[in-house]
Amino acid sequence: MDNIDRRIINALQTGFPISERPYQEAAQALGLSEQELLDRLENLLKDQTLSRFGPLYDAEAMGGALTLAAMQVAEDRFEKVTGIVNAFPEVAHNYARSHALNMWFVLATETPEQLQQALAGIERETGLTVYNMPKITEYFVGLKLEA
Amino acid sequence: MLDARDFQLLTEIQSGLPISPRPYHDIGLALGMSEAEVIERLAVLRQTGLIKRLGVIVKHRQLGYRANAMIVWNIPDAQVKTLGDRISRSSFVTLCYQRPRTSEWPYNLYCMIHGKDRGTVLAQLDQLSAECGLQAFDREILFSRRCFKQRGALYRPVAPAPSAEFAHG
Repeated sequence: MDNIDRRIINALQTGFPISERPYQEAAQALGLSEQELLDRLENLLKDQTLSRFGPLYDAEAMGGALTLAAMQVAEDRFEKVTGIVNAFPEVAHNYARSHALNMWFVLATETPEQLQQALAGIERETGLTVYNMPKITEYFVGLKLEA
Repeated sequence: MLDARDFQLLTEIQSGLPISPRPYHDIGLALGMSEAEVIERLAVLRQTGLIKRLGVIVKHRQLGYRANAMIVWNIPDAQVKTLGDRISRSSFVTLCYQRPRTSEWPYNLYCMIHGKDRGTVLAQLDQLSAECGLQAFDREILFSRRCFKQRGALYRPVAPAPSAEFAHG
């Protein structure tokens, strides 16, 4: 990743044109040719610097459900429990954190019912309590990280 | 508000836009829509906020953001909105949510600070606490140790009644 890649990432985290030649428009603003921007985006996707190039949806507005849940997992069972939890397709992210509640994961489903089923399934298969912490209010989601 | 063609479109692009000179034309070809219709619908979807953002979704760890802290506070209910709004205005906070307390977990306000090293993140947290007057409240800092799984939420919308993703790590 060089400085041009960084500029591309920083600029295109804030948005992308919806027009007939959006890459050309975005490239112009960056002082690049359309082809160069296309090539670089291809590469950034290929080397997994970017997870996606596209839309970020408001899952809840689309009728879906999303929650954050946590568990307390004994260290000697951690790997095994991680495997069980990550095998659920509803689990979008899973992070180990330094705390008594040491496993935190995000679940995303198409319906609220599926979310409850997944939470119950994880409890059943791990034998552990899942603390469900659904969002009450979203104050801010910016998540723009300087490359 | 959303019709079947919107759902087709949302499903078609959920994993990404074509990297080609006329991406909206190419999407239209796949769906039997004109380029103009794709552009029109996407513009409306973005305007209404159903598409929060269009562009690059980074893997923050790949960019060197490995010291990522989830900070949780126990804030009196009467103050949570004011403080949530105030925290959100900080330039280094990436997410801020109110979540319910549970019997085991008294914390109700969550924010994420993504950083490249713990020292920086802790310094930013001190600054945030001072700016927003958070010093008096009980809090916990949960740095992520490992990331096991990170993907976008996938939807397979069925017309018209379907289903964000945010790196909480």
